[in-house]
Amino acid sequence: MLDLTKYSSIGVALKHALERFASETCLIESDREREKDRLTYAEFGKRALPLARAMQDAGFSATDRASIIMTNQSKWLISAYAIFYAGGVLVPLDYKLTPAEHWQLLQHSGAKVLITEYPIWRQLATSTGRGGATNLQTVLVTEAPPNAELSGARRWEEFCSESAAPKFAPRERKDLACIVYSSGTGGRPKGCMMTHENYLEQCIALTALYPFWPGVRYLSILPTNHAIDFMVGFFGPFTCGACVVHLRTLRPEFVREAFRKYKITYVSLVPLVLKNLQKGLQAKFDELPTGKRKVFDKLVAVNKALTRSHPRLWLSRRLLKQVHDAFGGELRAIIVGGAFTEPQTLQFFYNLGIPVANGYGLTEAGTAICVNDLRPFRADTVGKPLPGMEVKIVDPAADGVGEVWVRSKTVMSGYLNDRELTAETIVDGWLRTGDLGQFDAEGHLHLSGRKKNMIVTEEGKNIYPEDIESVFESLPLKEFCVFAANYVWPKRSMVGEQLILAIHLENNQKFTDVLRNEIAQRNSRLLNYKRVHGVVVFSEDFPRTASLKIKRNDLATRLAQLDRDQAILPL
Amino acid sequence: MPTLENTTQEVLTLAERHFKLAPGSLSPKDDFFKKLGIDSLQTLELLSRLENHFNIELPDYEVQGVSDFKTLAERIQSRL
Repeated sequence: MLDLTKYSSIGVALKHALERFASETCLIESDREREKDRLTYAEFGKRALPLARAMQDAGFSATDRASIIMTNQSKWLISAYAIFYAGGVLVPLDYKLTPAEHWQLLQHSGAKVLITEYPIWRQLATSTGRGGATNLQTVLVTEAPPNAELSGARRWEEFCSESAAPKFAPRERKDLACIVYSSGTGGRPKGCMMTHENYLEQCIALTALYPFWPGVRYLSILPTNHAIDFMVGFFGPFTCGACVVHLRTLRPEFVREAFRKYKITYVSLVPLVLKNLQKGLQAKFDELPTGKRKVFDKLVAVNKALTRSHPRLWLSRRLLKQVHDAFGGELRAIIVGGAFTEPQTLQFFYNLGIPVANGYGLTEAGTAICVNDLRPFRADTVGKPLPGMEVKIVDPAADGVGEVWVRSKTVMSGYLNDRELTAETIVDGWLRTGDLGQFDAEGHLHLSGRKKNMIVTEEGKNIYPEDIESVFESLPLKEFCVFAANYVWPKRSMVGEQLILAIHLENNQKFTDVLRNEIAQRNSRLLNYKRVHGVVVFSEDFPRTASLKIKRNDLATRLAQLDRDQAILPL
Repeated sequence: MPTLENTTQEVLTLAERHFKLAPGSLSPKDDFFKKLGIDSLQTLELLSRLENHFNIELPDYEVQGVSDFKTLAERIQSRL
């Protein structure tokens, strides 16, 4: 791999990687059983540079911002490289957000260029909110049908210019590389300002534990706007000469086939998908005839015993050949992230000889803070801090559990346009994670809950209560507020987190079925993972500041005096 | 070509069979995440079944953001 300590930016590191690994395959794009694209590093450069040139011709210059809203595909990475080549700042947005949310973040980020897919643009162009994003000058769309109405956008294919080579714009380590929204749609956008140094340092630390090299194939399933996939599905493999495989269709049958067809080395998954994979495998094992099942269980037990101190992939692949063959036979590890994973799921895969790289991270910290080094494998922890990470437990309670604070070269420089939130989050160079945990004697971090008012779903989505409150505006009642249930009633748990809607009714008003149905109907307008789980009827006025904002902390303290199980009325 | 009503009814019938529900228990306006309590992965499995039944390809992006049977049937209808 490249020695990233010697590089000053993502752009220059990628540029050198393209030269050094010119003949290696860097990208494969597959749609169902059809392979749509296969590029070497040299070909990748030839696709990206005309885009960089055209962007420069259109007035895009160093420090300008460009957003990508795309599903995982080769043009995502090609666009990102073109942006970095031109010295731009990348704003990767989640393609699963609603058009209103996209417009809000496009406006907030100050993006000058948007690169997206036609089906996404079709929805964006016809939604309200476009008028606010006056900063946006150029919209490029891919895969637009021949006679499609482009609503002011330009076709990617026609926009790219081969008139001359683009000018490479060098950047410094401390310069802004990306603005990554960790959450905050609909409420207070939390745009993490990530520097080139953040990514270079994170890549050095991660690839030391989970190396890439030419020939390694990474299956990119997590959206590439997500910090994990950006690192292990783009920057990490590219600086090591490895290959990234994109699937345009994420139906389980095509994903399964991709493992076998492309002999995948690594894949990243969110806990929900990992758990589903576990269920599917367990069902298959349970179908085995008694005799075969006994033999299989014995082999698993032998594998478990022989891999106690560290993984022995060659051995596991022989002992449990059928299981490993179903994953293509060359899988080295499943990287799991985005949310907390239950230990029994991690142990299930490790027992089969498939190590799961379980860790803990935040976008604000530059992806990963801790990762399990597999020596030995520990299902009960999120691993040890990565090299270069200082982690401390602040204000520990009697049981040793306190808030996790992090200091490292990978920590963001702050939230875009939000000094107040930055000052609350980064104190004397330490990032306050809002998560609760403690270290054990071996230096492994155990997470046990949250101090902050938010939840993380099994699909790896961070949900902040204030972001979903607008859907409940103008409900026929006196006042309302959304909370994470575990924030109100602290619980030492990282799974099964839920949101609740606290309401205060008007005088003499009753919580009727009509009101309950109205709330349920409003709730159903939210994406399924953002919905509140139940309602808490509070009988007093909500505490408010002089400017009439709800004092959330005070209200939570007062709600906590109610019995959790009785207070939450399910919707 | 079947009418949108026919397609909608077929989608509902298939979903009821797929999730082992009593016939007639689903309606076009039902939010399938809420009514069936399914996650995004289970939705993808249902889509595969619908594709096989109608003999069409329904790209993932076409059903991005769709959560009710009526809209799902409309997307299928446009590809018949």
